[in-house]
Amino acid sequence: MNSVLAVEDLTVTVRDKTLVQDVSLTVDPGERVGLIGESGSGKSLTALSVMGLLPEDVHASGSVRLAGVDHDLIGADERRLSRVRGRQLAIVFQEPMTALNPTMRVGDQVAEAMLIHDTVPGRRAARAAAIELLGRVQLPDVLRAYPHQLSGGQRQRVVLALALANDPSLLICDEPTTALDVTVQAMVLDLIVRGVTDRSSALLFITHDLAVVATVCQRVLVMYGGRIVESGPVNEVFTSPRHRYTQGLIAASDLESADRRLPTIPGNVPAAGQFPNGCVFRTRCAHATEICATAPPWSGTASRGFACHHPAPALEPADA
Amino acid sequence: MIIRLIERTAVLLVSLVVSSVLVFAFMAVLPGDPARVALGVNASEEAVAQLREQFGLDRPLPTQYLDWLGGLLRGDFGISYVSKAAIGPQIIDRFQVTLWLVVAGMIIALVIAVPAGTVMAARHRHVSGLALSALSQVGVAVPAFLAGILLITLFAVKLGWLPANGWTPPAEDPGMFLQQLILPALALGLVQGAVLTRYVRSAVLEVLREDYLRTARAKGLRPFPALWRHGLRNAAVPVVTVLGLQLATLLIGAVVVERVFVIPGLGSLLLDAVSNRDLLLVQDVVMVLVVAVLVVNFFVDLLYVALDPRLRVSSR
Repeated sequence: MNSVLAVEDLTVTVRDKTLVQDVSLTVDPGERVGLIGESGSGKSLTALSVMGLLPEDVHASGSVRLAGVDHDLIGADERRLSRVRGRQLAIVFQEPMTALNPTMRVGDQVAEAMLIHDTVPGRRAARAAAIELLGRVQLPDVLRAYPHQLSGGQRQRVVLALALANDPSLLICDEPTTALDVTVQAMVLDLIVRGVTDRSSALLFITHDLAVVATVCQRVLVMYGGRIVESGPVNEVFTSPRHRYTQGLIAASDLESADRRLPTIPGNVPAAGQFPNGCVFRTRCAHATEICATAPPWSGTASRGFACHHPAPALEPADA
Repeated sequence: MIIRLIERTAVLLVSLVVSSVLVFAFMAVLPGDPARVALGVNASEEAVAQLREQFGLDRPLPTQYLDWLGGLLRGDFGISYVSKAAIGPQIIDRFQVTLWLVVAGMIIALVIAVPAGTVMAARHRHVSGLALSALSQVGVAVPAFLAGILLITLFAVKLGWLPANGWTPPAEDPGMFLQQLILPALALGLVQGAVLTRYVRSAVLEVLREDYLRTARAKGLRPFPALWRHGLRNAAVPVVTVLGLQLATLLIGAVVVERVFVIPGLGSLLLDAVSNRDLLLVQDVVMVLVVAVLVVNFFVDLLYVALDPRLRVSSR
């Protein structure tokens, strides 16, 4: 196993509803992978399953393996999981305003990340390391500040600093810039990319923003209805989408066509667990036929492929 | 921080003045002439008038009020209409007794409520959490005096482990003092603890849903250490509010519990004063209780600032 993260047949259920079904994905060392999809497509649940932080009544099955960890993360007990979390595996969540403890100085919160895993010799060293980490996200003087004294962008950089504190082999970012101003977004994205590159960490970047994926990631996975419907290198998928859902998603975010109405995907994302059987997209797809009532097989390879009965014709990638 | 301190102090002073007016006015409008009460129905009009003059009751009410308030500020609580003894030393004496009782009750309540409430919240879907929940519900419904009687029946009468009643000052015999303190403090503390447990539970449940607790878990903290390091201080803010309010309840509870356990505290002093129609004594004791509650709430307000840095507005 050469990949940093290998997820196989991940299925997430809550009571009788299936929210994520048979998701398999891999992330190679140092690779930056985007996971895109609309709200409710199961992106965040996939991330939480990998972290082992699903809410109490939500259950995951399948297999999640991380390089350097000799057991499956699915079904591992809290004691073993807590040794991996924050050490080899770190996460930045969407909402920076509430992600930090309001009653603790941010320097202490960053230092704690290292003290928990004994990656520094003591409090003094942890403090010095925290200063250095905060400096690398361009927050030189916030050590003694409380979270409420910082802006959303600053707080997200603190969260990034503490996530990267132990040089994780994989960093998961779950919509890290969605709650931020556009001007701040670019800076935070830049710091994320620089942070993982400096440490040769792999990145799993979850977003619904295609432009962000294009700037941050090398490879992209498209999720819809709790399944991965298409995957491949970013430029190939974005210039020549094969799955009809990906095609619609890219058409809907084409901002260069200012002279006509923005195309949209008809209908709405069904409620959780209410997706049709067979192809999950068939109720909103203009190309759907009877065969779409059966689940489409995966065409192509694990690194470039799609699951669609009526794929869009392949185009030669414009810039490849 | 300093602005808040000044603001809170101003609020405290205003509430003290307003409550003193209310206490005084309430006692003044009560029917019955203290001098007549003191001398009995058979006393002559002249004797009553003479006593009224002696107590200063013939003066206009505002003068009487200012005189009383001035006395309190100097630590002079006046002289009892009934026993003709100075009230100040009595109140100080009795207040110490009640203070021991209330503080011990509070400690017991906290020692019960913080762990029990936390476990109830953390395990709110498990049998153990539900069982504790039900138990605390029963505790809430039991009045302190009943708890006192039950405790006496069990530990003093049936088992004979502890004395059923009485009071020994701690300086006189510390061992006896503790033995006699345990049951009344338990009677007070168990009930308050049950109530407080409910608040700790909901405060911790609230905190468990917070994003920063998920961040703490993502760092590699296990659920309980995460709650301990990142949750409890945040949960403490609402709990401290309730604690301040409960102190008033504890003082009232002490009045009853002191009766049950024959303890010479402020509560039994108040009850005696009421039954003897010793109006000035009643007025003074009520005022002392009011001041105690207001001062505690003043400190609770300051404690918020210590707990929650977001309230320290002036910084940065």
